[in-house]
Amino acid sequence: MDTFVQQLINGLTIGSIYALIALGYTMVYGILRLINFAHGDVFMVGAYAGYMLAIHLGFASSPSIVGFVVVLLGSMAIAALLGMAIERFAYRPVRKYSRMTTLITAIGMSLFLEYSFVVIFSGTPRAFPQLLPNESYMLFGSATINTSQLLIFVVSILLMLGLQYIIFKTKIGKAMRAVSFNLNSAKLMGVNTDYVIAFTFALGSALAAAAGVLVAQYNPKIEPLMGLLVGLKAFVAAVLGGIGNIPGAVLGGLLIGAAETLVVGYGQYIGIPSTYRDAVAFAILILVLLIRPAGLLGSNVQEKV
Amino acid sequence: MSSLVKSLIVGIVVIALLYIVNAMMSSTGFFGAGIDDYSARLLVFIAINIILATSLNLINGFTGQFSIGHAGFMAVGAYSSAYFTVTYGRQLESSFSFLGELGAASVILLIAVVIGAIVAAIVGLLVGIPSLRLRGDYLAIVTLGFAEIIRIVILNIDAVGGATGYTVPGYANFLWIGIFAVITVVVVHNIVKSDAGRALISIREDELAAEAMGVNTTRYKVISFVISSAFAGIAGVLFAHYNKFLSTNDFQFIKSFEVIIMIVLGGMGSMTGAIIGAIVVTLLPELLRQLAFIQVPFVQVNSSGDVLLSSIPLDSLRLVIFALILILTMILRPQGIFGTNEFGLSWLKRPRKASEGTGTTGDNKGVPIAQQEEAKRLTSEEED
Repeated sequence: MDTFVQQLINGLTIGSIYALIALGYTMVYGILRLINFAHGDVFMVGAYAGYMLAIHLGFASSPSIVGFVVVLLGSMAIAALLGMAIERFAYRPVRKYSRMTTLITAIGMSLFLEYSFVVIFSGTPRAFPQLLPNESYMLFGSATINTSQLLIFVVSILLMLGLQYIIFKTKIGKAMRAVSFNLNSAKLMGVNTDYVIAFTFALGSALAAAAGVLVAQYNPKIEPLMGLLVGLKAFVAAVLGGIGNIPGAVLGGLLIGAAETLVVGYGQYIGIPSTYRDAVAFAILILVLLIRPAGLLGSNVQEKV
Repeated sequence: MSSLVKSLIVGIVVIALLYIVNAMMSSTGFFGAGIDDYSARLLVFIAINIILATSLNLINGFTGQFSIGHAGFMAVGAYSSAYFTVTYGRQLESSFSFLGELGAASVILLIAVVIGAIVAAIVGLLVGIPSLRLRGDYLAIVTLGFAEIIRIVILNIDAVGGATGYTVPGYANFLWIGIFAVITVVVVHNIVKSDAGRALISIREDELAAEAMGVNTTRYKVISFVISSAFAGIAGVLFAHYNKFLSTNDFQFIKSFEVIIMIVLGGMGSMTGAIIGAIVVTLLPELLRQLAFIQVPFVQVNSSGDVLLSSIPLDSLRLVIFALILILTMILRPQGIFGTNEFGLSWLKRPRKASEGTGTTGDNKGVPIAQQEEAKRLTSEEED
């Protein structure tokens, strides 16, 4: 029982990371019907931005809560700028073409980020500095939770509440909902769609960068290709929850994270070796596509005829 | 001359040419003319990439469904056939020894190709049915994820070497690889020109309209996907038995992306585009390697986190350049170099200006077009 609680805690930790990234996928898909392949790489850039900030601002040597907050917000800001730049220079020029064209551009952007980072930082993993002293706390007997896991829960819940506030209580959030409902109608109603799309990219990228810094605290090894698989799983999470659906993305992320760690923990008893953890998400994806293509909470995206 | 005789002659000429090139690759050469190992390897990889690009073009270019897991199917073909040849190769060699060493190798290779193609096709069917039922971009993500699952599964099977790699007997030579490249091109070309091909193109152009006209879109999408997977499997078989060594690193995401770049660059939906794309993408890294003396200034961050401006050789930017080519092609010429057009010599034969009167007036009624005055004049001009 204790190990089950422990597995669940670990699963929800990684699930929160997937959820943060899935939010970016689902927002962009909701607005542009585009699988932003580069989103997983924005998560990677966020981790590297945090690494550079931590080293150059001197927080690497002296762990403090201020250092963590500065690094987190700094890398979110950098990633937001990057997200807007990607949208402006790569996606906007091809928006008028077919969806296939934008998809290929997104793949190109993903490759570009990955391999320019391989050149800049070399392919070998780097150790991310510990920004806060890591301590373990006992929970329910023998299950433990450490500081970085707590941070992941607290920060991701705060960010998700913030996102909910932006989308439902602010003017720009209303504009985002309008654009995702119907881009052309929103444009006719006077919504500056280019601005809204850029803002969506900035928001999604900032969330991905936060996930990058948090994951680097939890598992302090960052590498240029770390965003590939995590990004794909986050996309699966978005599809599982219902693409375009924001609570769905969070639910999907948590479920995928939990399913993954449970397979690692208990899969061996039913004949699934723990090395198959990366396959779990895709097995779930295929099941979702077969049984309930709209996702658990229903998709907000209508196929227009 | 009947078209059957014509295609037979073309076939014999092609096989003869491939045979000569293959002989030139051997240590003795062909009447003294030889090809060095480096160029020989490049030619083989061009042929394998032509198989990959042409088959991916069937599903991506002609059917309009975006698959990005071609390396996964290639891996399925490569490993399934390699398991067969490693296990039974020796036995089969002795049972077919009456055909000579080369003959036995060819027979085993053909069996391996059949096995690889069938296994890859079955896997393609399993992946295709759930994801092709839906409209949209799901196929892209499913195939990408699937290719990665395949890699993980293979990595965990100790019978095929797992992480240490898998040594495979080298039954394949350029002759067979070239023949299969030609077969792939001919088969895909014929599919595209057939009734089924029209159905596929109608799905690409407008899936709803195609469905309204009675095309069973899911069925045709799955057929096209399965054929494409089977050929990717064949490419994998040939790669395995030429390279003589398999490692799951050969089938990473980047391999699938390379094939995508080939068809995107050449123009999705163009046979010749895919072939030229395959040649360019195979040769470009070699060209960059030749130009490695060119140093490019690039920002680098050393292990202690300091930002440096260092100059690095051009060829280490290979993948960055590929990515930029992909993005810029999409922005500047989204249809690729050839679009859906074919590059050929037929434009030379076409009359330059439309003749007045022909076809619109009643003068030529009932006269076969080839015998009409205008056509005769043009033919004689060509002969001059």
